[in-house]
Amino acid sequence: MLHGLEARGLAIGYRRDARLASGLNLTLVPGQLTALLGPNGVGKSTLLRTLAGMQKPLGGQVLLAGEDIGRMKTSDIARRLSIVLTERPQLGWMSGCALVALGRHPYTDWLGRLSAHDREVVHWALDAVGAVDIAARPVLELSDGQRQKLLIARALAQQTDIMLLDEPTAFLDLPRRVEMMRLLKSLARETGRAILLSTHDLDLALRSCDRLWMMTAAALLAGAPEDLALNGVIAAAFVGDGIAFDLRRGAFVMEAEDGIAVGLRGEGLPQIWMRRALERAGYGLADEAGVQIELDSSRPPFEWRIATAAGASRHGTIAAVLARLDEVCAKERRK
Amino acid sequence: MPSSGRWRLILLLALLLVLLAVWMLSLALGSVSIPLDQIVDILLGREADRAAWTNILLKFRLPKAMTALLAGMALGVSGLLMQTFFRNPLAGPFVLGVSSGASLGVALVVLSTAGVAWQFAGHVGLGGDLLLSLAAGLGAGTTMLLVLLVAARVQSSMTLLILGLMFGYLVSALVSLLLYFAVPERIQAYVNWTFGTFGGLTGDQLPILGGMVGGGLLLAAGLAKSLNALLLGESYARSLGIRLWGLRLGIVLAASLLAGAVTAFCGPIAFIGIAAPHLCRALFRSSDHRLLLPATMAVGAVVALLAALLAELPGRSLVLPLNAVTALLGAPVVIVLILQRRHTERAYPR
Repeated sequence: MLHGLEARGLAIGYRRDARLASGLNLTLVPGQLTALLGPNGVGKSTLLRTLAGMQKPLGGQVLLAGEDIGRMKTSDIARRLSIVLTERPQLGWMSGCALVALGRHPYTDWLGRLSAHDREVVHWALDAVGAVDIAARPVLELSDGQRQKLLIARALAQQTDIMLLDEPTAFLDLPRRVEMMRLLKSLARETGRAILLSTHDLDLALRSCDRLWMMTAAALLAGAPEDLALNGVIAAAFVGDGIAFDLRRGAFVMEAEDGIAVGLRGEGLPQIWMRRALERAGYGLADEAGVQIELDSSRPPFEWRIATAAGASRHGTIAAVLARLDEVCAKERRK
Repeated sequence: MPSSGRWRLILLLALLLVLLAVWMLSLALGSVSIPLDQIVDILLGREADRAAWTNILLKFRLPKAMTALLAGMALGVSGLLMQTFFRNPLAGPFVLGVSSGASLGVALVVLSTAGVAWQFAGHVGLGGDLLLSLAAGLGAGTTMLLVLLVAARVQSSMTLLILGLMFGYLVSALVSLLLYFAVPERIQAYVNWTFGTFGGLTGDQLPILGGMVGGGLLLAAGLAKSLNALLLGESYARSLGIRLWGLRLGIVLAASLLAGAVTAFCGPIAFIGIAAPHLCRALFRSSDHRLLLPATMAVGAVVALLAALLAELPGRSLVLPLNAVTALLGAPVVIVLILQRRHTERAYPR
């Protein structure tokens, strides 16, 4: 029987007069992947540390399998809850396999000898994260992504119902990040663990997590990703200068800066990428605009036509279109 | 990986053989050379060809070799504990200020007005060496208690490291003041103590050193599993079910007991404690404390015995300062090993 993690009326922070959040009622459900999102400095790491029992709450309590984590022995917590932190430990010559085997620490004898069962679990954990091939190599030779996999395998080998991960996708390139999220999601599904991770990767979290915890200075709102997006919770959480959450695309976009509007006609991939280029360069899109961009040929080589009141010109690349727009608009501004 | 485990075991056995050889050499060599077969005879309680040999061996060389053996093991393990505890390769047995405390104790006895007591002690038959050991032991012990008190309170090991360093500066300032006002002969006596020696212990005092070192080593052995987890950092160690408070006190107690015992009886012997763990990591390519603990014990003892041998260049009456020899002997080896390790790291495919 797998147990979840529950927070009741939890208040977190370092000092009583500077609470980061209070009155938090949260539940981590077995078999689900939950992402904790929020702007920098809002207290994500503090919440994780408090949930893990590493930091005392300023109020309320954290229940691990129905028991107050503050009253549990660290050795009992270690068998129910494991963590993956952002810090990069210096492990010297330790092999990947030995690193994962450290996860068996709560179960081994005083010398840390591995039983046959322990070895099986270590191998299973290495296999689960796809790190069997790097297990024999010293950790100091491995890349950030490989090391992160091993640290997750270490937490898996601890065989806990709950896993808390602090920014497991930081330091990774985009394909590795997608891979890592897919891995965590399948681990939650297949092993029935309750997994919570903090991340800045809103896009990935929206696509792969079962639940989101949106943390802002004012409140923490939990729900399915789609609900939070529709409710405007996500847009509100990250509101700031020059940036907006585009509900259609489920991503943040930069707002047009100087508001010069151009028209864009076309279809398919070229249209999508031209639109991105225009947004990046700070142009707004409008149907009735003095400057019109048209896609002439929808197959490579693409050709773009810029039509203004003064005349028209043709360009073979997006870069050339942007350069021409700069000239045209500079004239407009001078008028 | 079983094959790599096997070569490490073979290496460890080879190291023990080297240790045995160096130990025998240190019994055989000196101002008078004793044949190896005679040494074995004497150690087994048989008559030697010359009665003087028995005397030299049992009264001088054996206690000295045993002291070097114990001190080397203790300093190596103490250094390893500190390097893992502070996750800092520059840490050594004395970063917590144990040797500073000992040196203050000795300086107070040798340099200050307590010099009167010093002479008095000479009269009542308390050997000067024993008095020095007592003073150093008191200094080291007091420091150890202070450090334990602080360690039980502060949250971060880094705070402890900085406090230890500051304490060291404070004490050396006090010692400088004492030196400034002391008469030259006393200064010479103090400086002689700072050179370090393995020859100061008699056979009766050996069990005291042996007991303290044995206790410290046993404690360290009990910590091996937790030390491995501590490599991940304190947060991870705690998430693995380790009570940090207890582990921290255990490490500080073991490390300062080992370093304090050696400093009290042999003086502040630098270098071995920093070098032995590095040598072991480079030799064994491992960071597993269950392997590194016995390995640093062996390497520390080998370095200590070799240094003691070289300090007494055989056949001459000249004895070099032990502290100078340990560094002269060990520093080049460590430099070469560290540079080589860099090289091999780069040679591996990424």
